[in-house]
Amino acid sequence: MLDARAIFSRQEDTAIRSPRAQLDRSLSPGEVADSPSTVLPEPFGRWFAARGWTPRAHQLALVEKARAGRSALLIAPTGGGKTLAGFLPSLVELQGRTNAGGAPVGPGRGLPRSDGLHTLYISPLKALAVDIARNLETPVREIGLPVHIETRTGDTPVSKRMRQRRNPPDILLTTPEQLALLLGSADAPYLFGGLKRVVLDELHALVTSKRGDLLALGLARLFRLSPHLHSIGLSATVADPQELCRYLVPQRAAMPAVADLVVAQSGAPPQVSMLEPGDELPWAGHTARYALPGIYNLIKAHKTTLVFVNTRSQAEMIFHELWAINDDGLAIALHHGSLDVAQRRKVEDAMAQGRLRAVVCTSSLDLGVDWGDIDLVINVGAPKGSSRLLQRIGRANHRLDEPSRGILVPANRFEVLECRAAIEAVADNAQDTPPLRAGALDVLAQHILGCACGQPFDADQLYAEVRTAAPYSSLTRTDFDAAIDFVATGGYALRAYERFARIRQGRDGRWRVTHPRFAQSWRMNIGTIVESPMLKVRLVRSRHAGKGPGGTIARGGRVLGEVEEYFAEGLTPGDTFAFAGEILRYEAIVANEIYVSRTDASDPKVPAYAGGKFPLSTYLAARVRTLLADPAHWLQLPDAVREWLAIQRFRSQLPGVHELLVETFPRASRHYLVCYPFEGRLAHQTLGMLLTRRLERARLKPLGFVASEYALAVWGLGDMGAQIGDGRLRLADLFGEDMLGDDLEAWLAESVMMKRTFRSNAVIACLIERRFPGKEKTRRQVTVSTDLIYDVLRKHQPDHILLRAAGADAATGLLDIRRLGEMLSRVKGRIVHKRLERVSPLAVPVMLEIGRESVYGEAGDTLLAEAAGELVREAMGGA
Amino acid sequence: MALEAGEIAVGGQTFVGDACGALYWPQQCLLVVSDLHLEKASSFARCGILLPPYDTATTLARLSEAVQRYRPRVVIALGDSFHDTDAVRRLREPDRAALLSLQRGRDWIWIAGNHDPDPSTGVGGVFQASAVFGPLTFRHEPAAAVDGGEIAGHLHPVARVRARGGSVSRKCFAGDGRRLIMPAFGALTGGLNVRDCAFAAVFRALDFTAHMLGRARLYAVAAARCLPD
Repeated sequence: MLDARAIFSRQEDTAIRSPRAQLDRSLSPGEVADSPSTVLPEPFGRWFAARGWTPRAHQLALVEKARAGRSALLIAPTGGGKTLAGFLPSLVELQGRTNAGGAPVGPGRGLPRSDGLHTLYISPLKALAVDIARNLETPVREIGLPVHIETRTGDTPVSKRMRQRRNPPDILLTTPEQLALLLGSADAPYLFGGLKRVVLDELHALVTSKRGDLLALGLARLFRLSPHLHSIGLSATVADPQELCRYLVPQRAAMPAVADLVVAQSGAPPQVSMLEPGDELPWAGHTARYALPGIYNLIKAHKTTLVFVNTRSQAEMIFHELWAINDDGLAIALHHGSLDVAQRRKVEDAMAQGRLRAVVCTSSLDLGVDWGDIDLVINVGAPKGSSRLLQRIGRANHRLDEPSRGILVPANRFEVLECRAAIEAVADNAQDTPPLRAGALDVLAQHILGCACGQPFDADQLYAEVRTAAPYSSLTRTDFDAAIDFVATGGYALRAYERFARIRQGRDGRWRVTHPRFAQSWRMNIGTIVESPMLKVRLVRSRHAGKGPGGTIARGGRVLGEVEEYFAEGLTPGDTFAFAGEILRYEAIVANEIYVSRTDASDPKVPAYAGGKFPLSTYLAARVRTLLADPAHWLQLPDAVREWLAIQRFRSQLPGVHELLVETFPRASRHYLVCYPFEGRLAHQTLGMLLTRRLERARLKPLGFVASEYALAVWGLGDMGAQIGDGRLRLADLFGEDMLGDDLEAWLAESVMMKRTFRSNAVIACLIERRFPGKEKTRRQVTVSTDLIYDVLRKHQPDHILLRAAGADAATGLLDIRRLGEMLSRVKGRIVHKRLERVSPLAVPVMLEIGRESVYGEAGDTLLAEAAGELVREAMGGA
Repeated sequence: MALEAGEIAVGGQTFVGDACGALYWPQQCLLVVSDLHLEKASSFARCGILLPPYDTATTLARLSEAVQRYRPRVVIALGDSFHDTDAVRRLREPDRAALLSLQRGRDWIWIAGNHDPDPSTGVGGVFQASAVFGPLTFRHEPAAAVDGGEIAGHLHPVARVRARGGSVSRKCFAGDGRRLIMPAFGALTGGLNVRDCAFAAVFRALDFTAHMLGRARLYAVAAARCLPD
């Protein structure tokens, strides 16, 4: 079990366990205006002292900001005591409230509630809200505060939720989705009218997604409902804190308002190094299998190690392989987002109790309360970004006076370069978090429907309110009206649905829901997280273990977790794959579940590497290009990598920092074109789709392409090198920025990625219901219908608000068009062609991806022809 | 009988399967489409699900292309032409006009479906429970037993094949030489996997072929090679 120390002590380690060292550091002169005794009321000081703790400077600073009536953003590294700092002002105020009123001090329960909800805490993780509520109870009891704390999540029973609305606690801990639900109820003005403070935890993580948009809109509404509201944001270090400061307070047209910034003293700089690869360093691939003995020895040499990887399949593979060499029987666990929740919690609890030596995990452990005494973080594969890496490494060692230790394990040669660049970026404490998003239109539509569900709204007022939310501060009235129109009647130019409107203007000019079922449906469909369709994985007895081949599959086994539908679609009965740390045999799909059985197979069909969710950051990419271009920087690189680059320089040339190197060469009766934009796999895939279209038009008969994080290879029957050489094919044209015009448009019409994007827009905007009261609509059906809707809509109303929302998402999401555009603009006039006799050393890694990755991305017809061709061969062969 | 690409045999007759999902019978100069589900979007809109109201126009435009391509003497719409019994009333005037102009100079037969069991006025054509041409019967729902040959709709067949680690899913014609199930032609019509037990009930076995709709032609794949959902 976690206790108060998980919040006060684990994150507060420096403040707690080594008071001697702590005292001098956290209270250095000049850092705190007042001594703690003047800032904190007596019972708090006594409580801190009784524990031998001292409040930290930034904790006191937040209390003072609150006292001065200011909203504030606290930037603190992991282990900086952020959470306590966030709650301290509220606890102090609540204590004062009792004293002033002279009410008897006692347990919160049973006290007459006259003041209503005082503080709202929003966390991106349900589990985090629950943990923190539990951890807050101890100090509240020990200090003797009459404070009532409750959580509200999707798991909270209906009766309790009802009661919370009538009789709210002092402090409510919840998630952005639950806040939206509360705001969309008729009780919202009563519930939030007296709200004093809202605390937004892990703000740096929240603002990068549509959940951040939803939260921003909720925040805007809270500020309107409660005139005395102030906010506190808690964040890890980010590139531009001022953006988050704007996010925290209502924006006015004239000048941007900002919250005050409080920056906690940073700890010792982290120590990051690379696991020295020997000669066995692979050319390509993402498994890092070669490094497993090294990783295992590191685990053995440390108390507790977190092994971060980029994908679920990588986590499964590493976990499996570590156990294969785990001769010492070390307690090594697995943690990723697809595992069953109960299983994840078990791992987290074991971690908190210090019973584990290592956890192999994905970004599933990027956030959350801190567990145990982690003394090493290993990051396997590409680090992707400097801030991201710093946050992960910050998971190790929560004593600020000692450095966190991180070791990077590159899985291939290019990743060595990326790791090296990342180590230098971390040494510079460089931050590369993305800029604040512009608010999405689909989220706005959901919010508008929600507002109407709560109370009738006036469009002018709501427009003004929405614009106070930082992500929507430049929303035009035209777009806002389009969103209202969409919510009302679908927003179709053909005004066919007036009589079926979901919201309608009354005689008082206010918009209201036309039928309670729309409010009900909105409640069921709230939120911005549209997961890729998932199937439950259920463990059953093998068909073959039963009574002969006809034996039925035993039902009702344990659920191990979930896999993406597209993964399940690629399986045929008998296939084996690694999941939940076991090798499983695929048996069948039954309804929304896939049935699997245990197997003793030793070679699983591990799912193909699907790339991480995050591409290499632009910042890190630039550092990699710089590193690559300058041999003087190579000294720190392993011998194998230096040799690789030296031969590249000899055989071809190195890509210049600002150039785009394009190599062409023949190989096995095909002609290849390889370029090195370093812009991430998603942008490269889009580039590949567009280049092949252009090469097709130039009659160069392209056959396929493959994209990696660093490079793109296109091949075909025509000699691209010869045509570039004699000027028939101009690289400036081939890589012209105009490819983002008509070619892109034509491709978007059929792009599977685009349809996937559109599906989530349709769900978020409540065009399609993901759940319907009584009957869960299967996600499979949703997929089919949104693809058809996309086709119809593109043809008849290409500027429809949902298509615009999809376009905005595609620019930064699955298609990464914005980044591709920036690259094309950057390399204009700087494209260097190198015509080669054979493959260059730099091209080898991407060439090795051919055959592993699916080729020619989305040529469904090509694949159909192959499948049909096999039928012909089968038929002819049998004759 | 040697079949060209896209040719499909039913009851001893040779048909041409079009990649748009229509079926042409050259011998009779007859075009078949099934499950148009016109006004499906407006039907959903009545429950507040506001799908784009362009499905009827899209479906009719595609149908018009097919009619231009084959210039048939007879067109059979194989049932579920209208998504509900009220759909004809909701047809927009331009769509109704387009529909009527398609019928000019040819016979038009509306077969009754479960969504549109009753005849309607104002949409031209004749309404029949089923139709017989030569050895073949045209009806909406596949019958329990086939005599000669049958062309039906209703089931919205979709086939999925495995390809290079992923899979491709397309609407398809499903046939075993005696019976052919047409793909749904409507712009907003979904599908049912041919490995669903509904098809097993119709074909009795897995020895039928899925003629999957490609961009410009059909691709024939044995049902046994298709993936279930």
